[in-house]
Amino acid sequence: MKKLYLLDDAIISPLGFSTKENIQSIREGNSGLKLQQRPEITENPFFAGIIDETLLNQAFSEIGSSEKFTKLEKLIILAVKLILNKNRNLDPTKTALIIATTKGNIDLLNEPGGFPINRLKLSELGKVVANFFGFAQTPIIVSNACISGGLGLAVARRLGNSEKIKNAIVVGADLVSDFVISGFNSFQALSTKACKPFSKDRDGISLGEAAAAIMVSTEKPEISNVISLIGDASANDANHISGPSRTGEGLYKSIQKALKEASISAEEIGFLSAHGTATVYNDEMESMAFQRSALQKSPLHSLKGFYGHTLGASALIESIITKHSMLNNEIFASKNFEELGVSKPLNVIQKNEKKEIRYALKTASGFGGCNLALVFKAEKQ
Amino acid sequence: MSNQFHIQNWVKIKNGKIFNSEKLIFDSSEKELNFFLKACYDFLDLKYPKFHKMDGLSKMGILASEIIFRKNKPTEDTALVISNNASSLEIDRQFQESTETFASPSLFVYTLPNIVLGEISIKYKLQSENAFFVSEDFNAKLLKDYTESLLISGKSHQVLSGWIDLQNGEYDVFLCLVSKERNIPFSEENLRKLYCAENDKPTH
Repeated sequence: MKKLYLLDDAIISPLGFSTKENIQSIREGNSGLKLQQRPEITENPFFAGIIDETLLNQAFSEIGSSEKFTKLEKLIILAVKLILNKNRNLDPTKTALIIATTKGNIDLLNEPGGFPINRLKLSELGKVVANFFGFAQTPIIVSNACISGGLGLAVARRLGNSEKIKNAIVVGADLVSDFVISGFNSFQALSTKACKPFSKDRDGISLGEAAAAIMVSTEKPEISNVISLIGDASANDANHISGPSRTGEGLYKSIQKALKEASISAEEIGFLSAHGTATVYNDEMESMAFQRSALQKSPLHSLKGFYGHTLGASALIESIITKHSMLNNEIFASKNFEELGVSKPLNVIQKNEKKEIRYALKTASGFGGCNLALVFKAEKQ
Repeated sequence: MSNQFHIQNWVKIKNGKIFNSEKLIFDSSEKELNFFLKACYDFLDLKYPKFHKMDGLSKMGILASEIIFRKNKPTEDTALVISNNASSLEIDRQFQESTETFASPSLFVYTLPNIVLGEISIKYKLQSENAFFVSEDFNAKLLKDYTESLLISGKSHQVLSGWIDLQNGEYDVFLCLVSKERNIPFSEENLRKLYCAENDKPTH
């Protein structure tokens, strides 16, 4: 199967409005999570990573009029714009646009804010973004719970492999809306602390919002150092729609399939970007799947302590950070990790390190029992 | 034009009727969605109590895949590639309403369109590839391209592919089973033809 090359990228999040700013924050250990009080939804304060609307509108005013677009649309447009600015030769009429999101403009359900009701539809969100830049092909919208962003990359590679597309921009984006706060709160899944992936005293997720975008191509770029996607697989647990399999069955299966496709062994994985939502069951399930996959020694982190769980954006953001870790030979500490609190051993990264990585693995899991594994390769000269 | 892949079996559920590979197998006068779904459940003699806890999208997914899988047993790697227009908006609205009194966790779990893939996977024990796409209309090109990409790459040898849409109580379901076995050539044109054949009007 053909490789998918990861080219320019952009992340718009509480950590900054470019990939560079995001990585600098992570390097310095600065989290985007802040204490939120929403007594109308829950009496308990909780942590979430929310993008300041004033800063966003300020940044957006340079490229468009803020009042014409929803918050999520502005995040996506800013991210895509950053990529197009650096790639003036890219022809949007010949580039596929793949948008991954779980809930899109769901905030409009409660507060339409003057936008027409059809703006709630994910296809409309796609149209707004495509029209802004003049993408001619109908955007491909992936909505597959918390693996969406990573699945977007897999979709690009698969369609690239069968020569349906060559170049694409893959976007992942979601908001911290009242809708998702209420939902996760109804599950009693929100932590009252900033979330603590894989730690003993973890007690739930923190939510986050962000948009990320990355340009990808099946054609090898003329640059000396490049990261490519060489193995990808998804697998359903076939166990439960809102809880992970206790044995990590689907995640294990997807890791095995992705490694097999990449023709490498688990020992060759130099870095593992885990999902690590910090719920009791999710992190435990991941530790089971990683042990079954002989990955217990791979240095691993979760970025949820920096971003919170950005839902449909998370696996794409984490893939982008992985890409830069591979290019820069540096791996980042797992924020808020203290004492290991899962039943199987894991090598959680406790401080930033310099490390050369040849192969890296990104995993994600989500509601509906879905799991995803992506294997990346560094080609350096 | 040569076609590498073929449609083995298909099902269409709309306006009270169920068609299975061109044969009308069920015709109901029930106008209300939940009564219609219950009538289908009884007609198929499903005996799957979990069904009654599901949202409308998942119920339709289970009914449609049951009809296909009774004839063509799925294998462990039978992939699910489903799309629609409205995502999970029907249940999203119900959950949003519940937040005004007591936010319902049992509604919230269904507020993602891919939950139907999870329910089908659980019922038929499929630990396979899943993808849910949202598009304005039935997108034969995307379904064909992506389904084919799974088959070409060998990630799956059989794919259940199609459309399950629900909005304002109106439902529109079309699923087909695609593999190498020779039958109806799997093309955009055939997909469109089968999807539209029993539709009184174009979608939306």
